Amino acid sequence: MTKNRLPGRLYTALIMLFLYAPIFVLIVFSFNATKSRTVWAGFSLKWYTALLRDKQILGAFYTTLAVSLISAAVSTVIGTFAAIGLFDMKRKLRSPVLFVNNIPLVNADIITGVAMCMLFVALGTFLKFKLGFGTLLIAHVTFNIPYIILSVMPKLRQLDGNLLDAGRDLGCTWFGTLWRVIFPEIMPGIINGALIAFTMSIDDFVISYFTAGSDVETLSMSVYSMTRKRISPEVNALSTLLFVTVLILLLAINIRSRGQNKSPETR
Amino acid sequence: MRAARRGSIAAKLAKPQALAAPYVLWLAVFVAAPILIIAVFAFVRNGGGFTLSHFAEAARSWKVFGRSFWLAFVATAICLLLGYPLAYVLSRESANVQRVMSMLIMLPMWMNFLLRTYAWMSILEENNGLLNRLLGFLRLPQLHIANSPTAVVIGMVYNFLPFMVLPLYSVLVKLDKRLVEAAQDLGATPVQVFRRVTFRLSLPGVISGVTMVFVPAVSTFAISKLLGGGKSDLLGDLIERNFLSNKPFGSAISLLMMVICMVFIGLMNKFGDGGEGTLAI
Repeated sequence: MTKNRLPGRLYTALIMLFLYAPIFVLIVFSFNATKSRTVWAGFSLKWYTALLRDKQILGAFYTTLAVSLISAAVSTVIGTFAAIGLFDMKRKLRSPVLFVNNIPLVNADIITGVAMCMLFVALGTFLKFKLGFGTLLIAHVTFNIPYIILSVMPKLRQLDGNLLDAGRDLGCTWFGTLWRVIFPEIMPGIINGALIAFTMSIDDFVISYFTAGSDVETLSMSVYSMTRKRISPEVNALSTLLFVTVLILLLAINIRSRGQNKSPETR
Repeated sequence: MRAARRGSIAAKLAKPQALAAPYVLWLAVFVAAPILIIAVFAFVRNGGGFTLSHFAEAARSWKVFGRSFWLAFVATAICLLLGYPLAYVLSRESANVQRVMSMLIMLPMWMNFLLRTYAWMSILEENNGLLNRLLGFLRLPQLHIANSPTAVVIGMVYNFLPFMVLPLYSVLVKLDKRLVEAAQDLGATPVQVFRRVTFRLSLPGVISGVTMVFVPAVSTFAISKLLGGGKSDLLGDLIERNFLSNKPFGSAISLLMMVICMVFIGLMNKFGDGGEGTLAI
């Protein structure tokens, strides 16, 4: 097993260079003294101070954060209950539900977005509402729930039936069993699913673009509308801050879990 | 045996099936209904009645279909060629290195993908581009790939490579190493071991990776707009421009693209003995 690891490591380093080159460029030019994104004109923090005063970008950022947090929370609740319910269903009933559940996962984002937009426009003319934060939130919840179900289902499959019997024997009501036995057992799956949902929401552009209407803007949407002219380096500054925050969070989690010999739950 | 256990759970909780009811309703309204609306627009004549004319109109954009599927195919192939060795190397590292590396592969996804794609514009740009300035500094010939299909493919590979690597890695890391050893003991050459054991066993990962790269690549519209310079329309661009102004046409294209992708995924799964449950992250 003592093979030469060097070629493999070298290859990995090259791919990492490819993955991080644009991010490096972005971060470096967030400190640039001019608006240029290719010519370095000296170090400056002016885009960071400008960011703090830019109501539009900060507003888009809050919208993104709000829709990601709320949709992750709502989809986690609906998805967890749905997974438990689905798990209990007979195969005949479960298969079609799971089939529809997989549609947003397999379908291209643009189709999910366009289709939902058409639904919202049609419903809107009937029920007199406009596309906005509400429709954006519904769209995010819709594409997030399948991820919750996919990460909770395997945990339910691992559930030990004896634990449920024990809970029952010790006098738990069915809600008690759910609350005290099932939830603690499947918690890692729930948390993992919630994290995936949050990440998907933060990173989404296409579905938000079609479902948010013209009054509400997420960060991706304001970046997209800026690309028609020129992206303000303030966005680079904001992304740099976000990137560093996530990096520090991940490092902290990683250092904490290093001692515990647990395999990472990425599925 | 699992059925028996499930039965016991059912007995313990009065009617836990009911817990799924809100979601089933949600699926019906927000997943099934929108797709039906698209289908209705695609098949119904303006005045009412069934028609295939919208598909005939969509078929006139066969060039865009061809270009989208070709670029997505190239990008997927490159992702597989780049991603497989990476996933393989990764699966052989120590647990700590693996954890840090898979974190590093996912981390870029936390930075807005439009911004990262935009950064590629500054790298690939013709005159002042960072790559060309580096090449000039090294006295190498200049590259002229800005605003070209090549740039679009680079953008696709860049954005979707993690989606290829992660499923491959999660299959390769679980691969039973004793099978590889057994093949070696039985006298297989390294190439044979790879072709007949490692690669074959990793097929579910290959399939879910290919699916997860191909579908977003074939339907992208932002990447082609940013890096293709608006010269080479892809299916996504066509849908984005038409779905509100010309709903039947946009719906027909969407439906066609969806069906082609579904057939593609179905075929992939059939060839790979069904990689069930590997489609997730």
